[in-house]
Amino acid sequence: MRIIFAAFVITGALSAQPLDPAKLLHPPTDNWPTYNGDYTGRRYSPLKQINASNVTTLNLAWARRFTAGGGRGGGAVQIKATPLEVNGILYFATPDNAWAVDARSGRELWHFDWPTKGGIHIGNRGFGMYGDWLYFETPDCYLVSLDAKTGKMRWNHQIADVKQEYFCGPAPMVIKNHIITGVGGDSLDVPGYLESRDPETGTLQWRWNTTPRPGEPGSETWPSRESMEHGGGMTWHSGTYDPELNLYYFGTGNPNPVYAPQSRLGNNLYTCSIVALNPDTGKLIWYYQVSPHDSHDFDNVETPILIDGEFKGQPRKMLAQAARNGYFVLLDRTNGKNLVTAPFVEDLNWSKGLDAEGRPIPNPDKEAKPDGTLVSPTEGGAANWFAPSFSPLTGLFYTHASESYGLDWKTDLSKTPEGYGGRNQTIWMQNLLQALDYKTGKVVWSHRYPNQGGNRSGLLSTAGRLLFGGDPTSNVFAMDPANGKILWHAGLHAAVSNGPITFELDGRQYLVVGAGDMLYAFTLPGN
Amino acid sequence: MLRVLQSCIGIAFAGSFAHAQLISRPVPPPDAVDRGQKQFVVQCGSCHGANARGDDNGPDLVRSEIVLDDEQGSLIGPVIRKGRPNEGMPAFDLSDAQIQDLAAFLRERTQAAINRNAYPLQNLLTGDAKAGQAFFNGAGRCNTCHSATGDLAGIANRVQPAQLQTRMLYPRGGRGGTPAKPTTVKVTPRSGATVSGTLEFIDDFTVGLRDAEGYYRAFSRDSIQLDIQDPLAGHVQLLRQYSDKNLHDMLAYLVTLK
Repeated sequence: MRIIFAAFVITGALSAQPLDPAKLLHPPTDNWPTYNGDYTGRRYSPLKQINASNVTTLNLAWARRFTAGGGRGGGAVQIKATPLEVNGILYFATPDNAWAVDARSGRELWHFDWPTKGGIHIGNRGFGMYGDWLYFETPDCYLVSLDAKTGKMRWNHQIADVKQEYFCGPAPMVIKNHIITGVGGDSLDVPGYLESRDPETGTLQWRWNTTPRPGEPGSETWPSRESMEHGGGMTWHSGTYDPELNLYYFGTGNPNPVYAPQSRLGNNLYTCSIVALNPDTGKLIWYYQVSPHDSHDFDNVETPILIDGEFKGQPRKMLAQAARNGYFVLLDRTNGKNLVTAPFVEDLNWSKGLDAEGRPIPNPDKEAKPDGTLVSPTEGGAANWFAPSFSPLTGLFYTHASESYGLDWKTDLSKTPEGYGGRNQTIWMQNLLQALDYKTGKVVWSHRYPNQGGNRSGLLSTAGRLLFGGDPTSNVFAMDPANGKILWHAGLHAAVSNGPITFELDGRQYLVVGAGDMLYAFTLPGN
Repeated sequence: MLRVLQSCIGIAFAGSFAHAQLISRPVPPPDAVDRGQKQFVVQCGSCHGANARGDDNGPDLVRSEIVLDDEQGSLIGPVIRKGRPNEGMPAFDLSDAQIQDLAAFLRERTQAAINRNAYPLQNLLTGDAKAGQAFFNGAGRCNTCHSATGDLAGIANRVQPAQLQTRMLYPRGGRGGTPAKPTTVKVTPRSGATVSGTLEFIDDFTVGLRDAEGYYRAFSRDSIQLDIQDPLAGHVQLLRQYSDKNLHDMLAYLVTLK
């Protein structure tokens, strides 16, 4: 009887359909087929059925709880994945777990549970999809491919060794016939890399190391073979892609040892950088280092959003990032040339200012010391992986941000420090939502949350002149993207923990957000 | 103005002082680690360093791939017994138990490097107590709210330096210290009398307070005037003013308050 019921569910109206690759090349409407909705990373939807004039009537369509994927050092279940929505089905993951659910009801269609071998279970950002196939990473660093129709595993490949202290969780990036995977883990100075695998077999196509090997370009920014081979630079967040230029853009993580940089004097390329790779070959085309010689754990993985627009009177192909170190950077994405660097929060005391190329100059006086250094921002940074958004309607770049101070202590004074080599304690933090003029980086408006609690919500802007996000006190909200006025909110059982998405299904526009262990779907009443 | 006031509100901070242990794999029993350490120092330390982090004569073993992939000597055992003659490492004739003890010591070393929350802080007291006292009574204006012979008398007997350093910057209660003064709030509805109390909850939509009689009162923020007084606003202001010397001097001064 169970088998009959299951067969009915899978072969009925909810049959999974393959993802049309052309969907990845356009702004998301009926589908949300990749982590950021499309390749630009804008998280901007042209949908406007839900708009500023009717958002006050937005209502709950369904809410469902998904209880697997917590613990093992990761705490309570947090849906950090941005779900994919493809032809009426939502696909998302938590550490070791993956689901397909009916986007109309939240009803579970299948659930996949990976038998883990360990790894830090801090979070999973979700799936990449290629035709009928899904791909996600596990904390113990396997790339697992599932059949979207059934949730049955097709194959798995180890992409890093969990015993070396790697752990994995970014949403794989699908570009043409490349499944691009990243790795995380900065506890013990392992080197970072990015890999591309074949979508049918999982066979390795190429690997790009985030730190050079002796003799390679960039090796002059490290003092020794040992330092670059143990230099970190993790790839724990997916990036963006320009099909015309055929360039994949993403940010790299902090160098290692983290707080004790005395064994890695130099700029430490290509850590804490925005890099552009050819996705067919894995070759580096250009790079821009946003935090040279970082010693504050300022992973530079924040989404590099692609902006096509005007800059100083000329149409430009640009890339914008609100970096963890507190600076907004705007680059020419054809060549990596810096156009703007500007602080988006106050008092970035870790930096002495900007060099001729707009790169922040670290202040050596603010490196960690045994008796403590007061640093702004603290380890978590002024921004983090929480998805930003760019609206072409307002020309504003939106990011959740924080002003903060922390103490950095160096604990390892040896010539050859290991691991973190120091500690950090956040002292004080103020959460903000910053709206930035992409042409200058200046703050056009700022929303200061009245409560100091942490905020991991991503953002979404729409043609309905709305900006969706979550606040630290478990509300999901819609703001006027022009000025930050709150137009609608709804209280959830937990704070929004992923990036909100929107899509049209059966003529209705849905808003879906993850909060802790639940997904919530909202739509307008009627029809 | 409301926005300015809000920026200084000292509601309970979500970040936790209680850090999780970050060890990724079980640390072997201490007696095995001890035996392994003694043996390591004698037989391996001259090349790999007494703490296994390498020396001019031999590589770091804490970050060694073989050591990290090892399970109770499964990988390091053959290396120890065969040696690496081409690289100058002799063979060692050790028993299974001895190799397991060495593996236990190396596992403890790797986990100690990984577990940053347990890294011991050292030498926090580098400042000039007299300069700290001058800052307390001068530029820092700490004496506006605090007194070395009043609320801070004996603070160094109750709070260890590491905790004192973070609480000095932004107090959040905790054992041994005087609880931070609560944020107070006055709510004035469009009609009706002003209600005052200690702030218990606030977001963009609701404010909750506990009044003098102990009752919790909540108000929708769209129909009230709000006046919030945060006693910790001065601490936030100081975060923007401190030089690192100031804070080291201040800690040196506070530890004299016994």
